Amino acid sequence: METLIQVLIDGLLSGMVYALVAAGLCIIWGVMDVINFAHGEYLMVGMYVSYWLGFLAHVDPLVSVLASGAFVFLLGALTYKLIIRYTIRRPGLVALLATFGLAMFLKNLCMNRFSPNFRILSDTWLGGKTFLVGSLILPVPQLAAGILSLVTIGLLYALINGTRFGWAVQATAMDREAAELMGINTERIYVLIFGIGGACVGFAGGIMPSYLAVHPEVGSMFGLIAFVCVAMGGFGSIPGAFLAGLLVGIVEALAGFYIAPVFKYIAVFGLYLAVVFLRPKGIFGW
Amino acid sequence: MNPKEANRVLGKDGPWLVFAALLFVMPFVPFVGENSFRMHIMILILLFAAMSQAWNIIGGYCGQVSFGHSVFFGIGAYGAGMAVVAYGVPPWPGILTGMIVAAAVAVIISWPCFKLSGHYFAIATFAIVEIFNRGFLVWDWVGGALGLDYPLVEEGLWNLMWHDSKTGYYYCALVLFLITFGLVRWLEGHRFGYYLRAVREGQETAESLGVNSTAVKLAAMALSAALAALCGAFFVQYNLRVDPPMVMSLDMSMKFVLITVLGGSGTLVGPLLGATVLIPLQEYSRALWGGLGGGVDLIVFGLLIIIIVVKQPAGIIGIIRDIGKHAARRRAAGKEEADHGAP
Repeated sequence: METLIQVLIDGLLSGMVYALVAAGLCIIWGVMDVINFAHGEYLMVGMYVSYWLGFLAHVDPLVSVLASGAFVFLLGALTYKLIIRYTIRRPGLVALLATFGLAMFLKNLCMNRFSPNFRILSDTWLGGKTFLVGSLILPVPQLAAGILSLVTIGLLYALINGTRFGWAVQATAMDREAAELMGINTERIYVLIFGIGGACVGFAGGIMPSYLAVHPEVGSMFGLIAFVCVAMGGFGSIPGAFLAGLLVGIVEALAGFYIAPVFKYIAVFGLYLAVVFLRPKGIFGW
Repeated sequence: MNPKEANRVLGKDGPWLVFAALLFVMPFVPFVGENSFRMHIMILILLFAAMSQAWNIIGGYCGQVSFGHSVFFGIGAYGAGMAVVAYGVPPWPGILTGMIVAAAVAVIISWPCFKLSGHYFAIATFAIVEIFNRGFLVWDWVGGALGLDYPLVEEGLWNLMWHDSKTGYYYCALVLFLITFGLVRWLEGHRFGYYLRAVREGQETAESLGVNSTAVKLAAMALSAALAALCGAFFVQYNLRVDPPMVMSLDMSMKFVLITVLGGSGTLVGPLLGATVLIPLQEYSRALWGGLGGGVDLIVFGLLIIIIVVKQPAGIIGIIRDIGKHAARRRAAGKEEADHGAP
C-alpha cells in the first residue's frame, strides 16, 4: 500500500511538470490552431539556460527559473515573428512542418555547441534533499517543480479568464477578423501568446536541472507527452491539459513501476488512444 | 493572364511528359560512370520518391495527414529482415508477408483513428509510432534494441542483395518508383481516385453523393501501407541492417510528409520533386559538414526546411506553377502591347 502511494506521489509530481509544459502548448494551440513541434526543444533550451547560469555563475535554479522563462518567452516571440506569422493563414500542416525544422535546428545547435553529454547541476539549494512524511519520501526539488507548475498554471488560467488581455485573447481565438474589428491588435496577441506559451515551458525547464540531466535530446519526449496531454485534455482547455498532465504522470509512474520501465511510454500513448477513441475531442473538448 | 497558357507548363499532360522523359533517361543513369556516392543519392531519391508517393495516396489525395507511416515502413523492413536473418531464406516471402501485415495493421489502427479530426488524428498517429517503436525495442523475437544484422549471402536478384556495385539496387529502386508512380497515375484517372479527392475536399458532401467515405479511406490506407512496407523492405535490403529507431521513428515519418508537402501534396510529380530537392540536400550536407561533428549538417538541414516551408507552402510544384503563370502573364502582356502598339 505504501509503495502504491509513493508511486502515485512520484507520478503526480512529474505529472505537474507535464501539465505545465502542456499548458504552454495548449494556449498556443487554442489561440492559433498551431501545433508547435519545437515545444520540447523550448524546454531543452530553458534547461540549458538554467544549467549554464548555475554552472558558470552559480545561480540557483530557483532563481534562474525567471531567466529561463524570459529567454524562452523571447524565443517564442521570435519564432512567431520569423516563422509562424507566414504560416498562420495556411493549412495547419505547414506550421507543424516549419516548427519541425526549427526543432531539428535547435536540437542540433545545442548538440553542436554543448556536446551530447548529460549534464546535471550538483550543488543546488534543494538538490538531493528529501522530506519525510511518515515513511513516504518527498523529493524536495521535484516538489518545488510541482509547486511552481501549479502556481504558473493558476496564474495562466487567471490571466486568460480574468483580465482584459485574457478576454482579448479569447476573442482572437474565437474569430480573428471579428476581434480585429473590435479594435484588438491580434498580431500583438499572437506574439504575446507564443511568448507566454514559451515562458511556461521555460519555467518548467528552468527548475528541472537540479534533478534531471540536461542533454540535447531531453526535450523530444517531453514534447510528445505535451502533445498527448493537450489533445487528451481537449482543444485549448487549460484545465483539460492540467488534468491530462496529472493523469499521464500517474499512468507513467504506475506502468513504469508495476509492469516494466520500458512500458511506461507505451502505457501513456495507449492511454491517449483509449481516451480519444472514447471522446474524439478530448476530455474537456466539445 | 491566360489559364491555358499557365496550364501548358505543368497541366494535364505535364506529369505525363515528365514521366515519359524519366522513363527514357533513368535506365541509362548507371552507364554515365560508376560513382558510388552519386548512385547512392540516385537510389535514395527513387526510394524516397516511391515511399512519399505511397504516403501521398492517403495524405495528399485523400487528405488524411498521417505521421504513422514509418510503422508500415518498419513492418515491411522487419518482414524482409526476419526472412533473411531468422529463417535464412530469400527476402521475398518476408516482403509479401510484411505488405499483408502492414495493410492489416493499417486497417485495424486506422478504423478508430479516422473518427478523429485534424490535430487529434495527427497526434494519434504520433502516439502509434511511439508505441510500435518501444514495442519493437523490447520484442526479443525481432532482435529488440540490437536490431537485425544481415548475413552476407550470394548476390543477385534472388537474394535481393548486391555487393560489388550499386547498379542492381538502382534498378530495383527504379522498379519500385515505377510501380508506385504508375499506380498513382492510374488511380488519378480511376473512379477510386475521384472518391479519394472527393473525401479530401468535403467528407460530408462526398457521403451525400453516395461515397462510403470510411471504406474509401480504409482502402486507401491499406494500399498506402502495403506500398510503404514494400519500400521499407527495399530499404533494409539496401542497408543490410535494421533496428527500431532507424525505421520506426517520428523523424522517418516526418521525412515522408516533408518530401511530399515540399514537392506538392496531392500531385503526381510532387513526391519526385520533393525527393529530388530534399535527398541531395540531406546527403550532400551530411557529406560536407557531417565530418565536422555535432550535427552541423542537421542544423543546416533544419534551417533549409524552415525556409522552404515558410517561403513556398504550396511546395516546389507551386514555384513551378508561379513561374509558368508569370511567363504566361508576360507573354500575354507582351502580346497586348504589340496589339496596341501596332497602328
